[in-house]
Formats: sequence, structure tokens, C-alpha cells
Amino acid sequence: MSGFGTLLYKELLRFWKVAFQTVGAPVLTTLLYLLIFSHVMQGRAPVYGEVPYAAFLVPGLVMMAVLQNAFANSSSSLIQSKVTGNIIFVLLPPLSYWDFFAAYVLASVVRGMVVGAGVLLVSLAFVALSFEHPLWILAFALTGSAILGTLGLIAGIWAEKFDQVAGFQSFLIMPLTFLSGVFYSIHSLPAFWQGLSRFNPFFYMIDGFRYGFFGVSDIDPALSLAIALANLLIFAAITLALLKRGYKLRH
Amino acid sequence: MTPAIQIQQVHKRFGAVQALCGIDLEVAPGEFFGLLGPNGAGKTTLINILAGLARADSGSVRVLGHDVVTQYRDSRRALGVVPQELVFDPFFSVRETLRIQSGYFGLKRNDAWIDEVMHHLDLTGKADANMRSLSGGMKRRVLVAQALVHKPPVIVLDEPTAGVDVELRQGLWEFVRGLNRAGHTIVLTTHYLEEAEALCARIAMLKQGRVVALDSTSNLINRRDSLYLRLRLAGAALPAALTSRVRDSRDGAHTLRVRSYAEIEGVLAQVREAGAQIEELELLQPDLEDVFVQIMQEANG
Repeated sequence: MSGFGTLLYKELLRFWKVAFQTVGAPVLTTLLYLLIFSHVMQGRAPVYGEVPYAAFLVPGLVMMAVLQNAFANSSSSLIQSKVTGNIIFVLLPPLSYWDFFAAYVLASVVRGMVVGAGVLLVSLAFVALSFEHPLWILAFALTGSAILGTLGLIAGIWAEKFDQVAGFQSFLIMPLTFLSGVFYSIHSLPAFWQGLSRFNPFFYMIDGFRYGFFGVSDIDPALSLAIALANLLIFAAITLALLKRGYKLRH
Repeated sequence: MTPAIQIQQVHKRFGAVQALCGIDLEVAPGEFFGLLGPNGAGKTTLINILAGLARADSGSVRVLGHDVVTQYRDSRRALGVVPQELVFDPFFSVRETLRIQSGYFGLKRNDAWIDEVMHHLDLTGKADANMRSLSGGMKRRVLVAQALVHKPPVIVLDEPTAGVDVELRQGLWEFVRGLNRAGHTIVLTTHYLEEAEALCARIAMLKQGRVVALDSTSNLINRRDSLYLRLRLAGAALPAALTSRVRDSRDGAHTLRVRSYAEIEGVLAQVREAGAQIEELELLQPDLEDVFVQIMQEANG
């Protein structure tokens, strides 16, 4: 149905038109994290036995960029459309709620992957990385960006003001990403916090993603992927139900 | 023949407010239909339900026979809506906006029709300009174009000339008349009764969620079986016998109610007998505004 195709095209064009802001800025920010943290943490004991800290950090940062940008794409697009009113141009045509869901989530996946790839490429200029299992890297990147794209859609549907989307991002998404093992291995945490980390869905995505680079992880990657996919299914089901009911979109 | 729009027993409540209480309306194909009413009457709510932007609590709405909820694909394809607010997407140019809108309806190669619509709406010069850079009048014309990209048989315009300059208003009137002549069903909501009188063949008046009048424009106007005679006199005051006819007096001119053309002769005779000279005389035809105000006041109970 080319209605879906057009909505996808429009969403991609939307973030591409402001690529400085949507791709360039996240790449630069993540690079800054990398340079500063690896400098500060110089001389720290290598993780997983032999992986230098800077190399350990990169996949975590890449994944963080993927997740945060996937969330930002769908949530910001939807809240902007709702607040300015041009959401009606998407609601008036005969697009099904499946079309709506798929287009926004897919566009978020593309944005996440593009930013992630950008961060990775730039990092390679500074740090040597291994790519033990590239397919796992791809699997987790895709699943992660799909989950966050879906969460962004939920946030965009629910929120009525920009403030509320920002709140969702600052009080939910950011803490979950930062506390999921991006900057550290959870083994370095006291036992209680280690256990708590396992309840963080983002942890599994980052852990599995890192496995694709180093061939080592805290959790079996197959299990991590299964958990991530289960999360995706749950969030997708919630979103589709909200869209079908027309919650906050069709009163 | 399938009605263009069929609204049956539609109820809609927003929290504590009953926006629509049992609306029954039918619009025939090819009609030019007016929807009038004060602010808060429920006109925009009704349009939103028609377009799928809102959902009725009960009742059914059909566009060309297609239910707007269960057969939304067909109903939305048959409907074009020009919203009241000047909304636009600031990322795109006029042409991109129209191409994207076409794409949403599944129309991939629509450039020929887009060019034609832009030409009719005098937008060709601004085709590649960003939406943000357009004046209010141009943005409104783009909204009309967006509603037409998929050539819908039924077009709804929500206060299309609100705040619009005279030239553009005349232009839009001509354009919409042309669409109606070509066979499109038009539904217009407006606060300009002059506009409804000029364009619409049939009118529904809403007040507080109910239909308080539904008739052809000419029937509605003729309900008020009065003409008005506006007189400015000199030399003597208005004869006492005529004071009961006075509707209002302004700047020394009296507006008198006259029941038929035949009565005018009698009124003028009474003025002459009183010794007054007529400085100014004007015959006012009843207009929709009188009817509207009267009906709204009657509906107050």
C-alpha cells in the first residue's frame, strides 16, 4: 500500500532534511563521550580480561546512540505534528493503523542505524575494534532501534506537550540507557545492583550487541535476543492497540 | 440514490459537554450544502466525525454509503476536508506537500493533476517555496489543494474564508462553485451568512448540538415574510400609526416592517398625509442573517 510507503518516505525525509541536528550532532556528542571517558579511564584494568577500556566503551556508546535516536525520531515527529496540528494530514487519508505503526517505527530504525553507523565509523578512527560476530551486531541493533522506535511512538501518542516527551526521555529512556552497562560491566557493581540491572531491558540489548564485537558477554546472546524480541512484541502490541482505539489521536 | 453524506442519530459527548445530541442529516450528491451555527454548536465536531478525526458515541455516519468507521478506507478516499486552521508541515515545499498528500492516498504519479490544481489556485509560482514562507492566503489555498489531490467526490470546507481578503474570498467562491458545477458535493461551514446565502442551495442550522433548521436557502429566507423600508423624513415626525412597524431607528432613519410590496403604497401615503417629505428611501430584502438570528432566538426556548 503506497500510503505506507509515502508516510515512511516523509518520515525519512523529515529527519534527513535536518541531518546536522539529527545525525551530525549525535555522532559528535558520542565521540566526545568516547574521547573524554577513554582519556579519564586510561590505565583502568581491561574488561573481559584483555579488552582495553576504550574498545569496551565503543559498542556501548554506539548502542546508546542507536537507542536514543530511534526514540527521538518517532516521539519528536509525532508530538510536533500533534502540537502544530498537521497530524490531521496523516489522519485524514485511508492509512490503516498498521501502516501508521510500520512507517514511524521503520523510519526510527533507519535513523537509529544511520546514527549508529556514523558513530561506529568515526570511532574506528580512534580505537581499534574487533567484529567477532557481525550478524549479532546487526540483530541487536535492529531489534534495539525497533523497540525504541516503538516506545517513541507510545510517548508521542500519549504526550500532549513537548515537555511530556522530554520527561519521558529524561526520566525513563536516559536513565535506562546509562544504567544498562554502557560505561561499565555490571560485574563491577555490588551484587544487589547487578541483580537490579538484569531487570533493565536495555541491558540485554547492549550486552548482546557487545558480544557481536568481542565474542564475550555477561548473558548468553541467544537469551538476550529472545528477551529483546519479547519486549518488542509486547510494546508493539500495546502501540497497535492504542492506534486501533485512536487513543489521543481520534477523539 | 446513495446520499453523499448520511448522518443518523449521532451523539457525541466531550467530558461534561454534550456536543451533539441526535443529529440526523442527509446531503444528496452534487449538492452545495451549508452548515451554520454559532460557536460551540457542534459544526466542527460533526465534520471531525465525518472525517474520522473523532468518533461518535452512537449513531452512524456514511460517506457515499461507506461507514466512516467500519469502511474508513472507502469513506476517507471519497472525502476531502479543508480544515479551518492554517496547519502545514514546515519541512516541505508546496509541491512536496501535495505529492506527499497524494502518496498517502496511494496516488504515485499525480503530478499532472497537482499542476492543474496549483494553476487553478494560483500557486504555480510558489510550487517550490517552503510552506513557512507563504502568506496566510496562500497557505489557505494550499490547504484547498491538499483536499483535492485525490479528486474526492465530496468536499468539506470548514470556514474557508475566515480572515481572508475580499479578492481571495471571491476567488475561492468562484473556484468552489466550479467544483460544484463539475459534480462535486460541497459542504460548507461558515459564519458569513452572506457567503452561505450566495453559495449554498440548502442549509442546516445547528445550535447546541441539535439541528434547529433544515431547508433550502430560498425557503429559509422566505420564512421571514417581511420586507423592510428604510425612510429618512424631513418636515415632520414619523406618524404615530407607523411606530408599531419600526424595527430600529438609526441616524435619523427608521426601518419599517412591511408585509408585502402592496403595503408600501399605504405606508408612503400615511407619511405624505402627515406632511413629511421623504429624503431617503430604501427597500431592504430579507436576508439569511435575519432568519438566522430569529431561528437562533427561537431555539433558546
